[in-house]
Formats: sequence, structure tokens, C-alpha cells
Amino acid sequence: MIPIAYNVRSVVQRPVSTALTALGVGLVVAVFIGMLALANGFSAALAKTGSKQNVIVLRKGADSELSSGLGRDIASIIAADPHVATGADGRPLVSPEVYVLIPLAKSFDTTQIANVVARGISDQAWQVRSNITITEGQKPTSGRAEVCVGSRLTTRFPHTGIGQTLHFAGRDWTVTCHFTAAGSAFESEIWGENEQFMPVFRGEVFQSITFRLKDPASFTEAQRALQADKRMTVDAHREADFYAQQSQLLGRILSFLAVMITAIMAVGAVFGAINTMYAAIASRAPEIGVLLTLGFRPWTVLVSFLAESAFIAVIGGFLGCLFSLPLNGIVTSTTNWSSFSEIAFSFRVTPFLLLIGLIFAVVMGVVGGFFPALRAARLQVVQALR
Amino acid sequence: MALVEIRDVYKSFQREEQRIDVFTGLTLDIDAGSFTALMGPSGSGKSTLLNLMAGLDKPTSGTVTVAGSQVSTMSPGQLAAWRSRNIGFVFQSFNLLPVLTAYQNVELPLLLTRLSGSERAERVKIALDVVGLADRAGHYPRQLSGGQEQRTAIARAIVADPTLMLLDEPTGQLDAKSSQEVLALLQRLNNEFNKTIVIVTHDAHAAERAKTILHLEKGDLIEKPRMAAVGR
Amino acid sequence: MKYLSLVVANLKRHKLRSILTIASVALALFLFASLRSVTTTMAAAAQFGGARRLVTLNATGLVFPLPLAYGNRIKALPGVTGLSWANWFGGRYGDGKNFFANFAVDAQSYLDIYPEIILPADQKQAFLQDRTGAVIGERLVSQFGWKLGQDVTLQGTIFQGDWTFKIDGIYHPTDPAIGDNVLIFHHDYFDERIGRAGIAGWYIVQIDDPAHAPTVAKAIDDMFRNSSSPTKTGTEREFQASFATMWGNVSFLMSTIGLAVVFAILLVTANAMMMSARERTGEIAVLKTVGFSDGLLFALVMVEAGALALTGAAIGLGAAKILYPAINFNGAGFLPGFKVATSTLVIGALVAIGLMLASGLVPALRAARLPVIQALRKVE
Repeated sequence: MIPIAYNVRSVVQRPVSTALTALGVGLVVAVFIGMLALANGFSAALAKTGSKQNVIVLRKGADSELSSGLGRDIASIIAADPHVATGADGRPLVSPEVYVLIPLAKSFDTTQIANVVARGISDQAWQVRSNITITEGQKPTSGRAEVCVGSRLTTRFPHTGIGQTLHFAGRDWTVTCHFTAAGSAFESEIWGENEQFMPVFRGEVFQSITFRLKDPASFTEAQRALQADKRMTVDAHREADFYAQQSQLLGRILSFLAVMITAIMAVGAVFGAINTMYAAIASRAPEIGVLLTLGFRPWTVLVSFLAESAFIAVIGGFLGCLFSLPLNGIVTSTTNWSSFSEIAFSFRVTPFLLLIGLIFAVVMGVVGGFFPALRAARLQVVQALR
Repeated sequence: MALVEIRDVYKSFQREEQRIDVFTGLTLDIDAGSFTALMGPSGSGKSTLLNLMAGLDKPTSGTVTVAGSQVSTMSPGQLAAWRSRNIGFVFQSFNLLPVLTAYQNVELPLLLTRLSGSERAERVKIALDVVGLADRAGHYPRQLSGGQEQRTAIARAIVADPTLMLLDEPTGQLDAKSSQEVLALLQRLNNEFNKTIVIVTHDAHAAERAKTILHLEKGDLIEKPRMAAVGR
Repeated sequence: MKYLSLVVANLKRHKLRSILTIASVALALFLFASLRSVTTTMAAAAQFGGARRLVTLNATGLVFPLPLAYGNRIKALPGVTGLSWANWFGGRYGDGKNFFANFAVDAQSYLDIYPEIILPADQKQAFLQDRTGAVIGERLVSQFGWKLGQDVTLQGTIFQGDWTFKIDGIYHPTDPAIGDNVLIFHHDYFDERIGRAGIAGWYIVQIDDPAHAPTVAKAIDDMFRNSSSPTKTGTEREFQASFATMWGNVSFLMSTIGLAVVFAILLVTANAMMMSARERTGEIAVLKTVGFSDGLLFALVMVEAGALALTGAAIGLGAAKILYPAINFNGAGFLPGFKVATSTLVIGALVAIGLMLASGLVPALRAARLPVIQALRKVE
């Protein structure tokens, strides 16, 4: 086998050309990782929203909480259902909730309006909805016009500090706490008491009723029972599945964009690799002739040049990973068109994504280097040494 | 007045820490219509002398005058233009542009003039005829033999009707037969067309074809010309 | 130009390299044009809106309705020359994978207030007389294969049940931002079925003079400020623009990616140019000996770089310009009126010129400054 030192030294001897090719590959890898990190962050935010142990009930046919409407009587029926788990205090873990969108102006540019989710919860919500932690302040007191603001809203919207006053729906609301929800979509919401929200917004209906299953395995049974119940017309979904489904459209768009953009860029980078390798081989024809004369077999020459191409690409891959790392954690927001609500999420660069980026780089290097390496291997000694 | 007048020329190069003196006070005349061979061992400065005459290099001190122009003091821009009109240069390794046909290679110097397409075509045709390659006009250098490549280079060197032809080891890479062809052509150019030719060569056969032989050793002319260059 | 043959011959020296480089530039500029067009299309949509129309919403939020009783009070205000209302229906067709907007509208006044909706007179008449009729945008015809006179059933998501309409008309929009894939039906029928008469989703108010927009808007909002459903009125343009901002950082994202793409391609082209230049030192020396000046050689190298960059740009930008209208692309309904704007083409051309300068400058300077003697010595 041709010693790898030969390739490494050759690469080092044409630093500018190598650097440019590697950088090209690096940029493609960075964009690739960046876009996947974006899609990843988004689906993570929505996937973590919702637990497999919970069931969310909406009016039959409603495709999002926004379009649903359930009366108080339905809330009572569900609370009495045998599948519902009970809390430590003996009360059923059921949370009937009001769900509305309110237009709020963003901090950095008040002409930009976002439709933010305002959720009117029951006291049980803090337990039913998983992973909710109050980071500052106190829960809103029942009967008062008080709200709790999700952590992703606090930096991006004004008047959301503890003690400050938010104005919406024609009333003033005092912010009493901030909460996190393990990175899920709830962190982009404002929570208040459902009884406070109802009269102000929608009248006497809830939008959704969420409860914890006593036995997670009993979901299908519970679903059948609720949907068949003649006293109401509802759909029951596993909470985790429901929110995952809400992210499908946007998630698909983001993934599609990621693949398309990266594919086009990758083709360009591969062309760059091809150019570099052909030129390298052309200028090194005499060396190849010597190698062949010495007795190295053509296929070892092929492998050697493929390895060289892959090596340059891997350097690029590492660069790309480096470029994409600062993206991790950057918060961006957009509207989830399925639920029409504003959702903030962060880029999530995972080790897995970095690995895929590197592999992608190697693939580009091998694909780009293949035909040039083939030509190198096929060189006749006489030609090469001329 | 001689065509080329070299007066008291000093030329030295700085190579790393050393200063190498190639010429120390060289004085030389080349008459119009002459055919001069410059011979000498490597390092004697033959190629440098050619470069000085072509305006490709400047002497450290002294003057080089070609056809009345003091090339030793002209600017690079002026020299480029001057070269295109006055000098025909032929190298040892042909230096045809491989991407151009023989025709296009010969046409190159004419692109720098204001001649029209058809005027250029006429001159190229003549040049190729003179060197006997009219039928190879459309061939690429890789399709020509060594001798044919060199003759094409000569055609390029004469196409703009220059005052002076300078050839640096023109037969250095050719076999015996091709060398003969090229040298016969040069003689013809000198006898029939009155071209002033200076060739640098190792080859004694080549030198024999010239009318004057100058030997350079360590920057000095050490032998008198074989034939006194009487003005024409 | 007589020197053109020299430039072309040089580019043909390594046909594969030249083709690959041109292809890379073409790909990059195609991508650039596509990404920028997302931004320009969203911005263009925000431009739509007759300046003579205002939109009145419930101040509490987009999703809350307004009483129908407001209608007459708004119409009575000075400066108001027309009024209509609509309600977002949000019905789903089939499996819902192909999204399109559908509203219940006060038919006669809606068609009057939107002259951009072009409908043959007989179809218009048929619709106005058919309570359960609907008018659809022409794209829905190609998207779902619907035909005039056909029945179409939507699943209500907000308003339950199956809703069946007869297609009485197919409209053509004269402003692409108005959307060619909307379905509208009668508000009367809507009111009847939901049993809850007297609500409107939003009002569209036509005013006599665009300059009066702020005064009329304020008048409307003042009128209802202290009622149970306070209003927020703005021009139609502002209304559309607010939708655009809902995309959030998408615009910024597209621009950043566009930049990365251009930069990556710059590297590829620069690389190709430099490789070529390095191989040609000997030839450049010969040309200088023949008498080609430094300036001329500089120019020739730049022209070579330019040929690669501009050919690639022409192909890439041209392909984008032609492709999207040809496939009638509208971003799955989210980007109506998608097209490559002239400004994008101009910027693309400028990028190509920048590419030429950046990738050709170093090799051109090296060619111009090449010391002939040294170069020749290497050759001999």
C-alpha cells in the first residue's frame, strides 16, 4: 500500500488549493448541519410537548386546539371517567383548558406582531402537563387577573417581567411567574386561570381537556369509550402524538428545504473536489509513473488518491462542524401554521448530526475523487513519465 | 550604425548571498543582415545576452541599442510594444500554445497590431508558406513533429516582419534531420529575405551555418569574429 | 474581438474543468435566486392591498368574531363607500394534505369590493342566486381537477360537519397576491347552518380616498372601543404585512443560507482559476516575449474568469426564472405569486461580476506581474 504520508505531504504542498476545496466542503457541511439542527430543534420542541401518558380531548373534527370547543358538561363527564388517574390529593388529574391566540408586539420591533398562545388552565394543569417547572415567582392566584409567562417569551416580548403588567383582551394582567417546560412548545405560551379567561374570550367553552391515564396501556380502550359516548362528540388523542402531528407540516417543510438546499450545494462542492483532484493528478503524473515503475499496483494508486480526496474532504467536514457549533442554542421563532401559533425553538446541534456531517463530507470527497483517481490508476507508465 | 549596439554593459545577478557578475564591460556590434552564432559553455551568459537584446532584461549599467532604440532605458510597457514590432524570438522548447492551432499560434504577434482579420490571414499564410507548413495550418502542436513545431515557432517569429530574430538553442531538442530542416530555413531567411539572425547554440553544426561565430566565456568575447562584419 | 479566440481556446483546454466550474456557478445562482424569491414573494404579498380598503378585526385577536350589527354603523361613517365581511371557515378537503383558504363571505358586496376577482358574468349570477354555491380560484381546478357545476364537500374543522357546495364559478385574480386558490361561499348559508347568526370574522371597508385611511380607521376603532368587542382597523396592506411577519426569521434564514452558498461557490471558481493560472506560467512568459503587455494579459485572465462566472450566472438565473412559472410553483399554497423578481436577477448578475473579480484578480495580477526571465528559465 502506498504510504499515507505521501498523500498527506502532497496535500500540504498545495496549501491554497487544498484550503479552498476544504472550505467549500466545510460550508456545505455547515449549512447541512445547520438546517437539520433547525428541523431537529423544531420537532424536538413539539415532540417534547406532550406525554404518552396523557390524553388530550378535542371536539370531533377539530384539527387543532384553536378550532375546538367543549362545554362544561363534557369536562364533568371526563373527570368522572374510570381511566383517569387520581392525584395525591385524591382529585382526578384532569385539566380543562381555554386556548386562544393574542396578538403581541415583539420587543425588538414593535411593528412585528406574533400570535401568542394564551392558555387558560385549571389548577391541575401544573401536574397533568409534564415537566412544568416554575422558575421564578408564584403561581397565579385563583380569582385574580394574573398570568404566568413561558420562558421563551420573556426575552422576546415586552412587559413580561415578574410584577409587570401585560395588556390584552381589554384587561390588564399581572405577571406573577415564569415557567419552563423542558424545551417544549409550552414555553412559548402565557398561562392564566381558565375561569378568568373564559368570560373575556370565548364564553362558556373550553378548547381542550387533557388528563393523565391511570394506566398508560389503556389508551385505546379509553379512546374508544370516550368517542363512543353518546353524551358528547369528541376525538381523543395521545397527547404526544397530537403535538407531533401538529409539527408535521412545518417539520416537513424544514426537512425538505434542508435536503434540497444541501443537495444543490453538495453537487457544487463535489464539482470543486473533482476539479482539484484532476489538477493534482495532472501535475503529479511523473510521480505516479515512478510509483508504477517501482511496482505499486494500479488499484493501490486508485485507493491512494481516493484517500487523499477523502482526506481533504474530512478536513472540510471538521471545519463545517466547527462553523455549525455556534448555531447550537440560538433561538428562532416562526408561526406553526397548523395551529396558527407562534412557536420559538432553538437550533439543536447534536453529536449525531455532527457525525452525519462528517460522513457526508467523506462521501463528497469519495464521489468527487473517484473519476480522477480512476484516471490516475489507469495511467500508463510511458505516458506518465514523458 | 550597427543594428545592435552593446556598449560597456555590466550585468550581475543576486543569487541568495552571492553576487554573480555575468558581464563586466561588454561591447559588441551586430550588423543588419548578419547571421551570428553565439557559443560558449553554460553560465557564460549567452542567454542573458539574448534577453538583453530583446529588451527582456536590463543591464546593470551600460547601454543596449537596437535599431536606434535604447532598449536599456525603455519602460516595460514600451518594451512590450517595441518587442511586438521588432523582435522575433524562438525558444529551445518551442513554446507554442498547445490550445491553439499552428495558424493561431503564428497569428499571435499580429493580434497586437491594428491589422484587419483578412490582412492578418494574408501574412500568416505567407509565413507558413515560407517555413513550408502551409498544409499544417489547422493542426495542433501535439499533432506536429518536433521539427514542425520549431518551424511553426519560426513562422511566428517572422510573421510581424521583425528587425531582429533571436533564437535560443533552436535545435537543442531536435533530432539530426529536423535540425537540418530548421537550420536550412534560417539560412534561407538570412540569404533570401535579409533577416538579421542571432542564434545561441551548443551545436557546432548549427554554428557552421552562421556567417559569424562569437565565443563567450565568463562574459567575455574571447575570439575574434570568424568573418569581419563589414557593413552592408 | 480578436482576442476572443485566445480566451475561448484557454477555456477549452480543460473542457471538463470549465464545464464543472460553470455548472457550480449555475447551481449556486439558481439556489440564490430561489431563496431570495421566497423573501421577495413574501414582501410582495405584503404590498398587496388596494390602499382604498381597510380591514377591521376584533382587537382581542384574529380568532375572535365581530357582531354583524357593526356593519351598518361602519357604513354610516364619513369616507366609507363600501362594506363587506367574511369569516374564516378553515374547511378541509379530502385528507387535508393540500391546504387552501376558504371563507364565508357576504357575496354581492364582497365581489364588488374586490374588482381584482374576475368572474364571467353568467357564473357570477349563478353564484349569487345559489345559496349553497361556491366560487373557486383557478388553481384549485388544476390542483384537484374540479369542474364547473361539480359538488365539492369540505370537512368543517372549526364548524362541524360536512359542508357541500356546488361550484358555480371559477375566478381569475388580476393581482397574484390575492391568491388563485381560495374558495368562497355564502355567509347566509353559513349563518343558517351554524345557527348562530350575527357574527363576522372581519370587515372589509372601502374608503373614498387613501389619504383618509388613518382618520376612518380611528373613527371605527373609537366607535367600538368600549364595547364588548373592540376593534382594530388598519389598511389591507398592513393586514397582509402582519402575515408576512408571522414567518418570523425565515427571511433572515434564507438570506444567510444564500450568502453561504455564494461564498462556497466563490471558493470553487477561485480554485479553478488559480489552478489554470498556475499551469500556464510558461505560456504567459512566451506571450510577454512576443510583446503582449502586462495590461493585456491582466485583461485576458479577467475575461476568462468573467466568461466562466457570467455563463454560469446566465444559466442559473435563467433556469430559476423559467422553472417556477413553468411548474406553477406556489410553495404548497403558502407563497402565492411566486416568481423571480427583476431585482433578484440584477443582484445575481452583480454577484457574478463580483465572482469574476474575486476569482480572477489574483491570477490576473500574477500574470501581469510575472517576471519573464525567471519564468522562461523554468521552461527551458
